[in-house]
Amino acid sequence: MNRTYELMFIVRPDMAEEDQDKLISTLESAVTSFGGRVKSIERMGKRRLAYTVRKFQDGIYVLLTAEGSGGLMHELERRLRVSEPVIKFLTVRIDEEQKRLDKIKAIRAAKRKTSSTPAAAEAAGETPAATA
Amino acid sequence: MTEETRAAAGSTTEAVATPERPERTDRPERAERPERTERVDRGERRPGRSSPGAGGGREGGARKFFRRKKVCKFCVEKIEAINYKDVRLLQQFVAESGKIVPRRLTGVCTPHQRRLSSAIKQARNIALLPFAGRA
Repeated sequence: MNRTYELMFIVRPDMAEEDQDKLISTLESAVTSFGGRVKSIERMGKRRLAYTVRKFQDGIYVLLTAEGSGGLMHELERRLRVSEPVIKFLTVRIDEEQKRLDKIKAIRAAKRKTSSTPAAAEAAGETPAATA
Repeated sequence: MTEETRAAAGSTTEAVATPERPERTDRPERAERPERTERVDRGERRPGRSSPGAGGGREGGARKFFRRKKVCKFCVEKIEAINYKDVRLLQQFVAESGKIVPRRLTGVCTPHQRRLSSAIKQARNIALLPFAGRA
């Protein structure tokens, strides 16, 4: 239930703005109906594709970060696969990677603070880890 | 071809029963075949002996020969997260043909090279990097 996923998908470039919003809101409601939580939605704009996908040379990239179970992502991918304007998608699980990065940051912060002031070690070490 | 030469040599006292022995083993009997050891050396990180144009052409063209002590860019700059989304960082490690550059040319350390190559493959899947470029 606490898995964090990052789903990046490409929408065909000739899609209207409101259709994009409709698609994104559909996905958002799907996430919440499956008991997940949308962390962020980022539209990365139109980009040139590195190769031709379904006869398109450009595409609109959208990045959706969500928290939820594996079944949630399964459902989202199923919807993207059947939706006609989405031409490509990629799901990456990022909670393990985030854990590793936080651990490294905490170690680095602790090392840095103990070298300067030992009293502020714990206090300064906790806050960056909490915000990160 | 290599098995035939090994059988023809015949004089080696090593166990010839296993002809599929990889070339990386450094046995004293191999001294009689100098070209094999040279090939092993070139596979290792001893680029000073090989031809300068072999792998140096990738690094912007200004490099005439290799630097012995190539450092891992990620270790030096303490870049922890190699994301598939930052194409500019990944493109430094991709040849013009779209191939991933081996770490003996870029000097990346092994764990970072592993993460880098999986990030490049993810970027290829989402059409941020090409699978095959010109050649």
